[in-house]
Amino acid sequence: MQSLGRAIPPRRDPAPSRWAYRMQRLWLTPLFRLLFRVGLPVGVVALAVGIYLADEGRRAVFGAAFADLQDRFQERPEFLVTLVSIEGASPELAKAVRDRLAIKLPQSSFDLDLDAARLRAGVLDAVAEVDLRVRSGGVLQVVITERDPVVIWRQDDGLTMLDAKGHRVAGLALRTDRADLPLIAGEGADLATAEALEILAAAQPIAPRLRGLVRMGKRRWDIVLDRDQRILLPADAPIAALERLLALDQAEDLLARDISAVDLRSDQRPVLRLAPFALTELRRARGLVPVTENDL
Amino acid sequence: MTDLYQSQRAMRNMRRQALQRGVIAILDVGTSKIACLILRFDGVEDTRDTEGVGPMAGQSNFRVIGAATTRSRGVRFGEIAVMNETERAIRTAVQAAQKMANVRVDHCIACFAGADPRSYGLAGEWDLQDSVVTEQDVARVLAACDVPDIGQGREVLHAHPVNFALDHRTGLGDPRGQIGNRLACDMHMLSVEASVVQNLLYCIKRCDLELAGIANSAYVSGISSLVEDEQELGSACIDMGGGSTGISIFMKKHMIYADSVRLGGDHVTSDISKGLQVPLVVAERIKTKHGGVQATGMDDREMIEIGGDSGDWDKDRRQVSRTELIGIIRPRVEEILEDVAARLNAGFFDQLPSQQIVLTGGASQIPGLDGLASRILGQRVRMGRPLRVQGLPQAATGPAFSGAVGLSLFAAHPQDEWWDFDIPNERYPARSIKRAFKWFKDNW
Repeated sequence: MQSLGRAIPPRRDPAPSRWAYRMQRLWLTPLFRLLFRVGLPVGVVALAVGIYLADEGRRAVFGAAFADLQDRFQERPEFLVTLVSIEGASPELAKAVRDRLAIKLPQSSFDLDLDAARLRAGVLDAVAEVDLRVRSGGVLQVVITERDPVVIWRQDDGLTMLDAKGHRVAGLALRTDRADLPLIAGEGADLATAEALEILAAAQPIAPRLRGLVRMGKRRWDIVLDRDQRILLPADAPIAALERLLALDQAEDLLARDISAVDLRSDQRPVLRLAPFALTELRRARGLVPVTENDL
Repeated sequence: MTDLYQSQRAMRNMRRQALQRGVIAILDVGTSKIACLILRFDGVEDTRDTEGVGPMAGQSNFRVIGAATTRSRGVRFGEIAVMNETERAIRTAVQAAQKMANVRVDHCIACFAGADPRSYGLAGEWDLQDSVVTEQDVARVLAACDVPDIGQGREVLHAHPVNFALDHRTGLGDPRGQIGNRLACDMHMLSVEASVVQNLLYCIKRCDLELAGIANSAYVSGISSLVEDEQELGSACIDMGGGSTGISIFMKKHMIYADSVRLGGDHVTSDISKGLQVPLVVAERIKTKHGGVQATGMDDREMIEIGGDSGDWDKDRRQVSRTELIGIIRPRVEEILEDVAARLNAGFFDQLPSQQIVLTGGASQIPGLDGLASRILGQRVRMGRPLRVQGLPQAATGPAFSGAVGLSLFAAHPQDEWWDFDIPNERYPARSIKRAFKWFKDNW
């Protein structure tokens, strides 16, 4: 007889089915877990976005909306540049730089191409260095380092001021406008400005008599003194040669004598070129030339 | 024999892979329960604390990260009787253990109690060519052991080199590098029925697991429940399971004999069920709650409600005294122990220097069993519990788990078996590339 109290429920098998067992093992595989938990959501989102953006019109709408947003942001008054302030330049140069920059104001700082502006300002000869930055308050600050003229270069067509590196700074109408600067001349003189400056510094003892330097044959320098005296410096080691001459001058008072040129090109010995009168006198003193009436 | 060699080697390779991956499952397929432990190996330690010759000895330390037990189904006498029922039970245990460990295991080591294990002692001798013993000589002497006829449909489960002797010096653990003329070795071989192993293999394969090793449960419970000096001096481990009782004799840290009695705790339960006319479930409950083997005067007064679900008032209100229950249990336990004693005698247990007997397994938990066993088996009997293992849950530390714990020790520190040694050069086929390769390797 079946017991009356309770119907026996069908016993459930506690064992997992083959598929449940396999699924659990699969789920315990680390790579699968990673793929499921990270790869699957990422994949679904990427797929949805991809399907949505597959349409050309939607992409265009998105692009336009983004561009509009960008414009609105960039046109905000906080980013507008309303003023250009130029520092470290003389008024004429500042005006020239302002003309060269040619920035339309007001303009958003996002639209400013500072690199191009820097290149444009740097084209000017008188400008050594330009530093552009947008400061707060909508000011474009242009800090200019001017070139410093150190010599005047005389050419056939006029006078030019050069800086220490031999770069043109500006033209010059009259020598007397910048009487404080030394004068150099000759073809290719600007390429050896540095050497010229060294020579000028070494020739400080004879500075009052110095009229200028002449570049000879793009190779070496001549020092031109007053009374048309010339000192021919060698191409190599001109400073040393000049210093030797100055020592000789100090000892023997050489340059004060009636000499038209001192040739220092050979480092074995200096060669003097006497003035015609002095030459005649020398010959006469040595008895090489008979005294004529004409000479007396 | 070579076929076996190859398959055992394949299992060893699988085991090595599992150790590299660091996770391995331990599966104790018993008659009453299926236990699954998941071990994580923390790293290989090189200390060779176990004695041995081959490359397997002394491997790594481990931690149990998952443990699950389920009621066994479809297993009788420690052998699989209904395949898909057993497969389901294995699946349940493995899944629960995996869930606890939160890791997926692909390799498992299994042990089982039944399959009629038979022990053989093998001996081999080899004349050394040059007087120093090399690895090849060890392999040759193992190959020289004459294999007895183990019978049709049987397979070798374990083959341990137990002892090496070199010119009358015996008891060598590792003869390599020693000098002598004649190397002899004793080997212990355990054979089981091949069909049982095949069934187990099939079940495990159906659970998507790779079998990385297989062991006899009497052997592994001996590993876990015998302490070191017992293993050294000689002792027997008696693993009383549900369907069968395993016997393993250890000496000098090697198993030298194993056998099994096809009687166990389930027979006690069925006796109670028949004697008291109750269902098996009730009988099992009564056995575990009130069972015993030694009746006292007190037990006459202790009445046990045995109940029933028949609807008949008289039948459902039945009571038995504990003495009656003990009267049912005791003869069966005595029978089991007498059978065990007979098997121990067959294994020359009485010749051992120390005759310690350790009772373990689920059925050994009957109160008073040690007293009864000492009368039948000998004076030195103790109850054994498995070794403590790191990370093992409290519920799995009882004597019923000595097989599972021993199998994890076996997984971590496997003993060198015959197939862990290389095949001697002469045994390769005459024209094989392998042989040429080996010749080069040995001579340069």
